[in-house]
Amino acid sequence: MDGITQLDDSWRVAGRSFGSRLIVGTGKYRDLPTTAAAIEASGAEMVTVAVRRVNLSDPKAPMLQDFVSPSRYTYLPNTAGCFTADEAVRTLRLAREAGGWNLVKLEVLGPAPTLYPDMPATFDAAAALIKDGFEVMVYCSDDPIAAKRLEQMGCVAIMPLGAPIGSGLGVQNPLMIRMIIENAQVPVLVDAGVGTAYDATFAMELGCDAVLVNSAIALADNPVLMARAMKAGVEAGRLAFRAGRIPRRGEASPSSPVSGLIR
Amino acid sequence: MDVLTKTLTLTLNGEARTFAGALSVAGLVDALGLDMRKVAVELNREIVPRSTYAAVALRDGDVLEIVHFIGGG
Repeated sequence: MDGITQLDDSWRVAGRSFGSRLIVGTGKYRDLPTTAAAIEASGAEMVTVAVRRVNLSDPKAPMLQDFVSPSRYTYLPNTAGCFTADEAVRTLRLAREAGGWNLVKLEVLGPAPTLYPDMPATFDAAAALIKDGFEVMVYCSDDPIAAKRLEQMGCVAIMPLGAPIGSGLGVQNPLMIRMIIENAQVPVLVDAGVGTAYDATFAMELGCDAVLVNSAIALADNPVLMARAMKAGVEAGRLAFRAGRIPRRGEASPSSPVSGLIR
Repeated sequence: MDVLTKTLTLTLNGEARTFAGALSVAGLVDALGLDMRKVAVELNREIVPRSTYAAVALRDGDVLEIVHFIGGG
């Protein structure tokens, strides 16, 4: 390897430094061993998790923590299933007690079939969580005004959707994602919508700090292979962003010199 | 604890459960067969810090939520 690609290219959020720019979800896997193997292959250092009631009728059932160690991975507890600020705060207070950290993923969703971020409820919940001492990475619409407001409120990372959760459609509105990135002073992550490796590459080429992927890995025919593909895709996109792509042109430009031809 | 019947009825994760005798949060977590390090407990909508489990006595009618981390996106 050359020296340039080896240079430290870590990113920071809430005072923590991460080498990997891929964050992975831990939901939807067929079983916990597959979850563990795919996360290992992804190279991720941060994983999202949900908070739910313990099944009291089966207290010895294997737990996520037995397979995905919180001492190795930074757990990012989410508020999935919460529809109000009160529910989100209550859930993440429990997460904080279970895990002992403040870094959380806020997501307040509207109903199916869009599961689109409910932004008024997201603003309310973000304010309540920040007041309660949480460091909030916030899932949001691809709206530059909303994103800026969340940043000004004190959210530590802005995470607009690329496409609806689980849709696998890739970044549908690159213009707005780019505007959010260009206006942000905090990390911007594309969260939701990635379907395959080139979607992650594309998001990173837009200049995102990181990408969050769950369904595309967990529901792939071979989650471990897809996790490895996402790792490569994120790295490729980041390197291409740093390299600076050529302008798009409406005409051809020869790759070989046009002079010195034999006659 | 109800001193007359000497039983303790709690609502655990939405279900009524009856226990014999006095119980602390630590005692409850143990009686349920759970690993204290992997769960968090809310008692009547207030977080119970793990360091206080042994000191917090449960009372008849208490409502508890006991949660852990599971897979999520």
